[in-house]
Amino acid sequence: MTETVNGAVGGAVPPAGLRLVPRADEPLKMKDFKTDQEVRWCPGCGDYAILAAFQSFLPELGVKRENVVMVSGIGCSSRFPYYVDTYGMHSIHGRAPAIATGLAASRPDLSVWVVTGDGDGLSIGGNHLIHALRRNVNIKILLFNNRIYGLTKGQYSPTSELGKVTKSTPMGSLDTPFNPVSLALGAEASFVARSVDSDRKHLQSVLREAADHQGSAFIEIYQNCPIFNDDAFAPLKEADRGTPGSGGLIRLQHGEPVRFGGGKGVRLNRYGTAEVVDVDEVGEDELLVHDVAVPDPSYAFALSRLDQPAFAHVPVGVFRKVPRPSYDELMAAQLERAAAAEGPGDLGALLASGDTWTVG
Amino acid sequence: MTKQVQQLDRVIIRFAGDSGDGMQLTGDRFTQETASFGNDLSTLPNFPAEIRAPAGTLPGVSSFQLHFADHDIMTPGDAPNVLVAMNPAALKANLEDVPRGADIIVNTDEFTKRNLTKVGYPVNPLEDGSLAEYRVHAVPLTSMTVKALEEFDVSKKDAERAKNMFALGLLSWLYNRPTEGTLAFLRAKFASKPAIMAANTAAFQAGWNFGETTEDFAVSYEIKPATLRPGTYRNITGNLALSYGLIAGSRLSGLPLFLGSYPITPASDVLHELSRHKGFGVRTFQAEDEIAGVGAALGAAFGGSLGVTTTSGPGMALKAETIGLGVMMELPLVAINIQRAGPSTGMPTKTEQADLLQALYGRNGESPVPVLAPQSPADCFDIAIEAVRIATTYRTPVIVLSDGYIANGSEPWRLPDVAALPDLRVEFATEPNGPDGAFLPYLRDPETLARPWAVPGTPGLEHRVGGIEKSDGTGNISYSPSNHDLMVRTRQAKVDGVARDIEPLRVDDPTGDAEVLVLGWGGTYGSIGAGVRRVRRAGGRIAQAHLRHLNPFPANIGEVLARYERVVVPEINLGQLSQLLRARFLVDVIGYNKVRGLPFKAEELAGVLQDVLNGRRTEDVIEK
Ligand code: SF4
Repeated sequence: MTETVNGAVGGAVPPAGLRLVPRADEPLKMKDFKTDQEVRWCPGCGDYAILAAFQSFLPELGVKRENVVMVSGIGCSSRFPYYVDTYGMHSIHGRAPAIATGLAASRPDLSVWVVTGDGDGLSIGGNHLIHALRRNVNIKILLFNNRIYGLTKGQYSPTSELGKVTKSTPMGSLDTPFNPVSLALGAEASFVARSVDSDRKHLQSVLREAADHQGSAFIEIYQNCPIFNDDAFAPLKEADRGTPGSGGLIRLQHGEPVRFGGGKGVRLNRYGTAEVVDVDEVGEDELLVHDVAVPDPSYAFALSRLDQPAFAHVPVGVFRKVPRPSYDELMAAQLERAAAAEGPGDLGALLASGDTWTVG
Repeated sequence: MTKQVQQLDRVIIRFAGDSGDGMQLTGDRFTQETASFGNDLSTLPNFPAEIRAPAGTLPGVSSFQLHFADHDIMTPGDAPNVLVAMNPAALKANLEDVPRGADIIVNTDEFTKRNLTKVGYPVNPLEDGSLAEYRVHAVPLTSMTVKALEEFDVSKKDAERAKNMFALGLLSWLYNRPTEGTLAFLRAKFASKPAIMAANTAAFQAGWNFGETTEDFAVSYEIKPATLRPGTYRNITGNLALSYGLIAGSRLSGLPLFLGSYPITPASDVLHELSRHKGFGVRTFQAEDEIAGVGAALGAAFGGSLGVTTTSGPGMALKAETIGLGVMMELPLVAINIQRAGPSTGMPTKTEQADLLQALYGRNGESPVPVLAPQSPADCFDIAIEAVRIATTYRTPVIVLSDGYIANGSEPWRLPDVAALPDLRVEFATEPNGPDGAFLPYLRDPETLARPWAVPGTPGLEHRVGGIEKSDGTGNISYSPSNHDLMVRTRQAKVDGVARDIEPLRVDDPTGDAEVLVLGWGGTYGSIGAGVRRVRRAGGRIAQAHLRHLNPFPANIGEVLARYERVVVPEINLGQLSQLLRARFLVDVIGYNKVRGLPFKAEELAGVLQDVLNGRRTEDVIEK
């Protein structure tokens, strides 16, 4: 187990985002979080790896199993709650962030996780996603991005590349895709990260950081859909697998210079655009030293644009993690203030407030 | 000078002016004075949809009608006995409703050439004899107010603004209203602006004094207090009563209230009101859209809150899918639709009851939901509690259909004894209910068919719910044909079963031998009741019944319908309840339908009922 940026160590110190969630009496195991339901994704689907990584990570939270809730929308990824033995809701298309908002805002003692996909979270539910993020509701949103509609059998999605040929776009798609991390940063999410289905260690480290954050956390997870969009991220992953760090994946590390591949690094130019440079040419001092806590999201946004054009370099890891009061905390504080000022509501007095008169 | 005081049994006053003239406030204050005097009353505000329509124009006219009496009354009245018109637009927009012989008090200062032209009066109606059949009182309200405030430390604009208080003072004198309430109100409202407070108070008193001294008003009137049931009363609008009912429902059920809502006319006042009562543990969430409003409420319900969402017709259309999810997950949820004229945006500030079939059937699949409708402003309190009872007892979404008329209208409300309100305490599931310590989230209560409500945080009851068809008992995903058939029927049977513990349909049939029944639902109760009284006064024998439960219907409704030879169903839609009654009970009811964005008038309904009694009307009438 590794320490998070805040210093919380899995299991020992409660993660910051779970301060109000009751601690488990004794350590739980991965099997405690598995249901008896048969997992029904296609063979080879990236969702299997994410599920396994998540289930083996959950015990680390150190919270009571019954205080964990999984909320999902509709799509392949949204089957997730059925396989995690906690409370769960497999809701309707796109609405999971809204539903989870009501749950988290009224129950600060719960650890609420939203599982969504690129279609569910960015298309039909895009509005709920950005509003949950700006409000900083204490929910952790995992967006599985396979850049395709899987459950409806292969239409292009809001993250599919321009010109994508699918069943609904035989001559190629016409719409420019979203970069989910850029979008989340544009909504001023207080925690934004990206990981990859196939790298369990990295994914778990990002989950750990997310749990250790009070408020909304947004995690984009690149997920392979072998059936309808196989190997969408293969070039990235392969280059990385050959010689770790040699391909286009830029592994962001808080406090470390942003370096990757054979001697490449990232600096900001005079317009605030992040650009890839040869470290030998510009010198180590020119490189950005990654800081997740920069208050203004512009810096993290600049990093998120490094995938242009054509996924040449893709940063993964935590882009941004800034402290901000969470929505449920603020709401609870107002309730407490009102109760302190007015006392616990007196129903009879409320009904009789205003001008009254008595008959007989 | 002591003037003559004349006794009246009832009066209808309409205050009308430009949106900026403060007519709603004036009407509201007069109402409070009248309420505290002990008259029975009923009010009808009518305001433009535009927040600031151009000043002095017809679309900018705002009005407030008040009916008060020394006996119990049921509606804000058909036609005003007194019209207060603050400008030519207000006169023009309201004159057609004013019967000949009525009093019209006009603010002559506003009858300038420019203002007259604005509303298309070629000549001044105060001078061309066109108002000869009315008793016109031409009063320079603005200039008299400004004059009265000469000594005060306020701008001319602020002085002119106080003209509504002058008018209120005059009317308060005319009808011998108690003034303490208004004076106290002004003190509180302008506590931080002493100069404005003093000016408004002085304008109010100047209006009163003017009435007392002017020769234009030879008599003042007195309307004795009504003999209401003993108790403590307050005046209340439907939206306020609804808000209080929800807070009470939360208290009685022991569940914290969570309101997820999005601003929409005419429902926003419920959001405003509930957001003021955080001391009661009320969480209000102004969502990014209607869907998120109901979604958050449902999410909160999953967590053990009393989840409520408030909206109007267009919002209901957007919430349909989430309500369907609530039907499938079988969680309590209260969805309140303050109906307005539709379809689409329709007329947001005008009333209608055309969302009944939407409430019953406006979702995909077989998606039964109990539907309730309050019958008057004060009844909104009881209906809210009833909605909470049904939602929590049966673990189901419940739809409440209020409407713009009762939401904004008001009437005296006899305060309930809080200790006598029903106990709605809810028991969450705490123990496994299946073999080997398993928890079966869809194992039902044999009587109510409700499923257990197990909230997160309860050990051992971890379970998953969702919109995919559930397997009976376990709640696991199921695509089995026989299971789906069973679950569809079970959800229907559960909602049908609500009929067991709702009040039977009561029929008011004083002579006991009426052959004609008039049956309404929701906000038309007052108008129908007033129409029925007229018919009875004229010797007609007619029975009246009113539905507050639209789904399921009260268990005895079929038997009631069968008892009468003819059944008249007035609705502010094109016959939605009529259609249900014909389909379910094979009774060929006679519909009376009108969709003008306005409540029915007692007189027109009396005419319709009389025609049915006389056999002159045997078929639906869709009035234009
Ligand atoms: S369609 Fe694609 S995303 Fe969906 S389960 Fe199959 S492989 Fe996974």
